[in-house]
Amino acid sequence: MRKPKTYARNYEIPEEELTYSGSVSCPGCGATLAMRYALKALGPKTMVVIPACCWSIIAGPFPYSSLTVPIFHTAFETAGAVSSGIRAALDILGKEDITVMAWAGDGGTFDIGIQALSAAVERNEDFIYVCYDNEAYMNTGIQRSSATPWMAWTTTTPVKHPKDEPKKDIMAIMAAHYIPYTATATIAYPDDMIAKFRKAKSIHGAKFIHVLSPCPPGWKSEASDSIKLSRLAVQSKVFPLYEIEHGEKVTINVWPKDGGVPVSEYLRLQGRFRHLSDENIAAIQAEVDRNWERLVAKAKGSVYTELV
Amino acid sequence: MKKVVTGNYAVSWGARLARAQVIAAYPITPQTSIIEKLATFCADGEMEARFIKVESEHSAMAACIGASAAGARAFTATSGQGLLLMHEVVHWAAGARLPIVMGVVNRAIGPGWNIWTDQNDTLSQRDTGWLQFYCETNQEVLDTTIQAVKIAETVFLPAMVVLDAFLLSHTSEPVDIPDQAEVDAFLPPYRPELKLDLDDPRAFGALVLPSDYMEMRYKIQKAMERAVGVAEAVDHEWGERFGRSWGLVERYRLDDAEIALVTSGTVTGTSRVVVDELRDKGLKIGLLKVRMFRPFPHEKVRQALAGIEKVAVIDRNISFGDSGVFAQEVRAALYRADKRPPVFDFVTGLGGRDIVPATIREIVDYTVAHDAPVEEFTWIGVKK
Repeated sequence: MRKPKTYARNYEIPEEELTYSGSVSCPGCGATLAMRYALKALGPKTMVVIPACCWSIIAGPFPYSSLTVPIFHTAFETAGAVSSGIRAALDILGKEDITVMAWAGDGGTFDIGIQALSAAVERNEDFIYVCYDNEAYMNTGIQRSSATPWMAWTTTTPVKHPKDEPKKDIMAIMAAHYIPYTATATIAYPDDMIAKFRKAKSIHGAKFIHVLSPCPPGWKSEASDSIKLSRLAVQSKVFPLYEIEHGEKVTINVWPKDGGVPVSEYLRLQGRFRHLSDENIAAIQAEVDRNWERLVAKAKGSVYTELV
Repeated sequence: MKKVVTGNYAVSWGARLARAQVIAAYPITPQTSIIEKLATFCADGEMEARFIKVESEHSAMAACIGASAAGARAFTATSGQGLLLMHEVVHWAAGARLPIVMGVVNRAIGPGWNIWTDQNDTLSQRDTGWLQFYCETNQEVLDTTIQAVKIAETVFLPAMVVLDAFLLSHTSEPVDIPDQAEVDAFLPPYRPELKLDLDDPRAFGALVLPSDYMEMRYKIQKAMERAVGVAEAVDHEWGERFGRSWGLVERYRLDDAEIALVTSGTVTGTSRVVVDELRDKGLKIGLLKVRMFRPFPHEKVRQALAGIEKVAVIDRNISFGDSGVFAQEVRAALYRADKRPPVFDFVTGLGGRDIVPATIREIVDYTVAHDAPVEEFTWIGVKK
């Protein structure tokens, strides 16, 4: 076997595996790799709450589990509330050192679960909420969610009438709760992702991590392109890597190289955008540029100072 | 210690004495004072519990599910619309075999908005896999809340303790509040064998294929069947320790009765008065109070109503398109009896309309005047 290439960088991916091999995820599933990295970062003292989502399947049917840590599968809209209950129980039973991680899709986060999520983070519950965002209801077969990008094809936004509305800004919504930690991550930057999960674990209170999760069947992309797409999402500024501390202190973690790449490079690898006109792509580029400028301005103008 | 408390405070005291460890609740009239009292108990350090002030009843039950799965004793309370919002996770709690206890103040369902009592909220949860106890007095509410914890944790099914809006929830009665030490001797700490545990990591609630799902439902039913005997034993033990027991059903002046009223909740108290009054006038009448509705005590109902000539069920609820729900259950139980008395069903008191002695007398008069029901059920006190 070839020796893994060693990187002369200041990170290492823990060798311990907390996921079993041979899960039933689709080839190229971003969410599966994301879970692997997340658990490597958090370690074995972790309990995972999974509401209805692709991971309800990926985690395996009864009596199997694809994780080495406890899992509580629960109803679609309940990740925030169930996690709160587990947290409260662990605390009252003297097990404050266990990390509770909710692991939900975009449907369970942006849409049906946002009420319980908002309430849980408003109470600043000590847990990590992860949204692996594949930008549609993929487990039911690619229906539009409020995380679906403007003009994307899904089975409920067919090519003749693609999605009219832009993607909901879940990061801004979470940051508006002034929780200690909010961050984005992708599987193309495992060092950044692992650092963020470790940081989240070290902070007491509510943490929200938004992971872009390429979905070959839903995005109509090649399974072998999932990491490339994750990288292009960052480099094209469609999905910048940044974190927000206490709702105010914005830090951009990965700056696109040489000013970045055009969004068309990201879009053209995905069949769900194949119908886009040049005007559509130009409009998306303009929107992405505007959002990036706004993010950069926030990062430069961050005013948060630690209270003594 | 005797205290004059409302039915709602009796629930709060029950949860406190049962040492609930995680409480998650959302306010709704007429349940509110239950959770206000619990919040005060927690804030004053009189309970060692975490109170999660959730944003909805759905999340209240979901948080209790998480807490119970992680090994804590979980408690909540709700009413009416709140219970209906919970419905999905009410099923989940039972399916996950989590012994959560919930106080439910019976409140009529909108529209139109109505905060007063009837049983349609809890009866629409009949098939969820929860135990259900309907209470007549505040003492019974307190005792049942603590008993319910023990029964639930023995059979691993959740339990509802049900009380009528205002008639109990906001009415004060003298209630004996047992000593904590005596309750502790009755109710040991919750120590489930299976829970979320790093040393024994399992996946709970995963996808179940048709090859295994049915067995899980079979086991819930078996636990329900077992709960009949468990509830009886727990009530008996309670009686030995505290000098009061309530029965799964209660027979009142039924021994030589020809007519039996079947009641639940506070209607029972009113009916006792009318039974006494009519007994004085020579009518051979008694009543059967159904305290435990799920599991339904079929055998006890059959035995209690054996030899009765006419049964009159009072239903403060309606299953639209059929009849009152208690009557459905009583009829079904009696179908296997050797001798089946005619069952009259009376739907009355919906949305908190008073059921007074005259209402009960009207029901009895109708039953006396007819050999058998002439309709599926009879409305009492409705403006047609």
